Amino acid sequence: MRLDKAALIDRGSKLRFSFDGVGYTAHPGDTLASALMANGVRLVGRSFKYHRPRGVVAAGSDEPNALVTIGQGAEQDPNVRATVQEVFDGLSARSQNRWPSLGFDAMGVNDLFAPFLGAGFYYKTFMWPKAFWEKLYEPVIRRAAGLGALSGLPNEAKYEKAFAYCDLLVIGAGPAGLMAALSAARAGADVILADEDARMGGRLLAETGEVDGRPGVEWAEATIAELTQMPNVRLMPRTTVTGAYDQGTFGALERVASHLADPPADMPRECFWRIVARAAVLAGGALERQIAFQNNDRPGIMTASAARAYANRWAVAPGRRVAVFGNNAGIYQTARDLMAAGIEVPVVVDTREGAAEDVGTRVIEGAVVAGADGRKGVREIVVRRPNGAVRFAAEGLAVSGGWNPAVHLTCHMGGRPEWDAELAAFVPRRGAVPGLFPAGAARGVFGTAGCLADGARVADEALTALGHKPQALNVPRAEDGAYDIAPMWVVPGKGRAWLDFQNDVTAKDVRQAAAENFQSVEHMKRYTTQGMATDQGKGSSVQALAILADATGRTVSETGTTTFRPPYSPVSIAAMGAGGQGKGFAPERLTTSHAATLEMGAPMMEAGLWYRPSYFPKAGETTWREACDREAAMVRDSVGVCDVSTLGKIDIQGPGAAALLDFVYTGTFSTLKEGRVRYGLMLREDGTVMDDGTTARIGPQHYVMTTTTAAAGQVMQHLDFVTQCLRPDLDVAFTSVTEHWAQFAVAGPRAKELLEGLCDGPIDLPFMGCGPVSVGGLAGRLFRISFSGEHAYEIALPARYGDALFRALVARAEELGGGAYGMEALNVLRIEKGFITHAEIHGRVTAFDVGMQGMVSAKKDCVGKTMSQRAGLMDPGRERLVGLRPVDGGELPMIGGAHLFAEGDAPVRVNDQGYITSVAFCPALGESRALGFLKRGPDRMGERIKAVDHVRGETVICEVVDPVAFDREGGRLRD
Amino acid sequence: MRLTCPICGERDRREFYYKGDAVALSRPDPDAGEAAWDSYMHLRDNPAGQTRDLWYHASGCGAWIAVTRDTVTHEILKTELAGEAHNAAG
Repeated sequence: MRLDKAALIDRGSKLRFSFDGVGYTAHPGDTLASALMANGVRLVGRSFKYHRPRGVVAAGSDEPNALVTIGQGAEQDPNVRATVQEVFDGLSARSQNRWPSLGFDAMGVNDLFAPFLGAGFYYKTFMWPKAFWEKLYEPVIRRAAGLGALSGLPNEAKYEKAFAYCDLLVIGAGPAGLMAALSAARAGADVILADEDARMGGRLLAETGEVDGRPGVEWAEATIAELTQMPNVRLMPRTTVTGAYDQGTFGALERVASHLADPPADMPRECFWRIVARAAVLAGGALERQIAFQNNDRPGIMTASAARAYANRWAVAPGRRVAVFGNNAGIYQTARDLMAAGIEVPVVVDTREGAAEDVGTRVIEGAVVAGADGRKGVREIVVRRPNGAVRFAAEGLAVSGGWNPAVHLTCHMGGRPEWDAELAAFVPRRGAVPGLFPAGAARGVFGTAGCLADGARVADEALTALGHKPQALNVPRAEDGAYDIAPMWVVPGKGRAWLDFQNDVTAKDVRQAAAENFQSVEHMKRYTTQGMATDQGKGSSVQALAILADATGRTVSETGTTTFRPPYSPVSIAAMGAGGQGKGFAPERLTTSHAATLEMGAPMMEAGLWYRPSYFPKAGETTWREACDREAAMVRDSVGVCDVSTLGKIDIQGPGAAALLDFVYTGTFSTLKEGRVRYGLMLREDGTVMDDGTTARIGPQHYVMTTTTAAAGQVMQHLDFVTQCLRPDLDVAFTSVTEHWAQFAVAGPRAKELLEGLCDGPIDLPFMGCGPVSVGGLAGRLFRISFSGEHAYEIALPARYGDALFRALVARAEELGGGAYGMEALNVLRIEKGFITHAEIHGRVTAFDVGMQGMVSAKKDCVGKTMSQRAGLMDPGRERLVGLRPVDGGELPMIGGAHLFAEGDAPVRVNDQGYITSVAFCPALGESRALGFLKRGPDRMGERIKAVDHVRGETVICEVVDPVAFDREGGRLRD
Repeated sequence: MRLTCPICGERDRREFYYKGDAVALSRPDPDAGEAAWDSYMHLRDNPAGQTRDLWYHASGCGAWIAVTRDTVTHEILKTELAGEAHNAAG
């Protein structure tokens, strides 16, 4: 119901929105919750477990009931709190956890079985038979009990992440936060003021009290206007500070576009901020709690502060008659505000004796509300006194059980709050988070005047700690009444008194948990689910603790709290992971030949972040194998060209360069002559192979190292580690030049002929030689190295010439009967030669395992040498590199990953003898070849062995052979 | 979490790669024996309190940094370039 009074809404314009398909109107300034209330909608959701009808109970992010789904399709956003969602034109919201409709929910039958569904019900009932849990019980329970659902579609909406830095972060823009921000800003500090509401002002927007002789809203507006003008202040509305982390880092979620009907295409829906603050003031206020009684979850029953907020800020109420109930002085202000707004208040029920104020309506002292009637919305309340009960008709009830300071952020680094018996609330422990200063209601200073003064005082304390000189600030005048609370948590009596609305936990459930010996607060929480899900028990946990304390004969202080963890309120994974999806997670690295390769129709494959061609199809070829076989044969017969720029290239210079290489490689590079290249094996300190590659000496103190594509980053980090941490004595500098050079393999009997037709001058390099080369007057590098077993070169030019060089090389190769070859053919060629890749050196093999123990120089130390000599790593029984061929010749199925067994053994784990790492059909041999690791492999040449691929269900009998299958003497690559 | 790189200044921990205990700076001689190497490679304390470990400014300048910090309070007590820490260790 919309009230006829002034409010912070723009009545001059109308917004259309829908809820469960029914159209309604609202005004700018409305939240979905206030707009539904304005339209007489009290029933907004169904509860999690019993599907009980529920309405709005709060006016902020602590709302447990009014969770709705916003939007359609991939944009669908479940569990949005109607109390936080601003209405925009065209907003479409749906209720959750009901079928077939909110008004008639078939699962409401659960409520009738409530006596059987108490705390621990799932644990006790669905234990047996065990197999039924996953297949039957859990799916059924999950369907019956739940919150909103995701769309199941990829979320295409934009999200953003950002960092911000400031001297002072002020969390919350109520009276304490505004004063803190003003004080710090005037003192010249860089200030960020963040508030989760769309409009700053906090409770000043919801209360009628005056500040400095004018309405609190006006004072807030003037203060915000001043802050807005100041260059050292950044205001962040719609921003919830969600977590406090080490070294002054805070997480914050900004809802950037979720309140807009038609946001610009490039605007993110949400932004997740990491705010780094030298100090912070927590002025997040306090959250009002209820008092539990029978059927206290009926729609229309809400906190007193929410009732005031709806009446004062939005001019709405759950009905014409709203009763008030509570245990502190705040109930009288509530009655006054409601009546001033034109609402009839039939009764004010005060649990205390002798504290009544004259508010112009009936007050009953020393009484409680013992029950409520009206299933889909409260109709009547039962007021009980020692001498009997009276019924009052009411469409709403405003309840106050007192206030809980929002201590959450102060507990995010392991600190626990302290119980303040006088306030009957937990308050922050001083210094719980270094540099975080609680102020105002967040630390138990209730009342506007108290908050204004405390905000300024605490800001000054924080600024002094930062070395700023605080400015003396006049604290504006305001009046506070007494708080005067007499704790009451639950009204004794029959029936279910609800604590946690979101998880359907009653006072009885907590007592039952205690009776079943779940007496630790953490056990009680998990047994009853009290305090879980989106609201994390903001409105209910303290009541539950107090009841547990009572049931176990302890004080609340002794009972303690559960752990508060970030986030304060839900943060979508999409926002927290913004930028980390798709290409943001795996950026593309493209070679200079990428465009030409695509023009040639080559399918690309991923190699880490790089994209490399699988093969280059020719007209008439229908399978990749045809292309691969042709390309492999082409390299053996004429010449092939392949982009190898993805290999890591590290330029190493300085007097210590040779010593560095000697220390990181198993072999010796200080003895390498200028103009020569050497193969090197690199170990981790634990003796396992890290990487391999070739290194060329191109000057007295100048080397170029190549790494594998996969390990380029790891090797760079390793060199940084070795030079900075182990050998800072070495005078050496190095840098990655992987992107600097476009480098192409030119391999095959006609490789030299091809290059001589392209380069300026004759090519005259010995095998494993290197030197400068000139192409069209451009200075490049030429290496005579081979990964194919053929006479081969790698030619490098600065990357900007890569595209032209690749096209020229391919064109000339084609003239000579060759062409480009891809990764498939490259793999075939190296398997024919028994050359290893990271399929073999996969992080668990040693130099001994790959037959390279002879490359570990005895004359010098190197990383990994000592540990590689451990007996267990030199055991002949280890799985060691072998080649495998099918005993019948022909083709092996593609059984990479198959395990090896003795021919007569059952293919089970205990009989495992090794495994296959690489497989290819080798055109040069006319049969398939595999590389793999076999126990005592080198001693078993000629043996028959059984390869079993359990995944694909293949078994092949193989013969153990030398890993090098083609041109074992190496004549072809040397000439 | 924030770490101060001696070269780049205070940075978010996402810029850093974590290696482990700064004992890695004290590599034994090749012939120091099995016990010394076993200790260097595998044996680590798990202190509740002050610890010193190595971080790599991977998304920054590439510096290896020895960080002294408190595992209980999460306080960062000292950061220094690993090379200088190594030389100081002698």
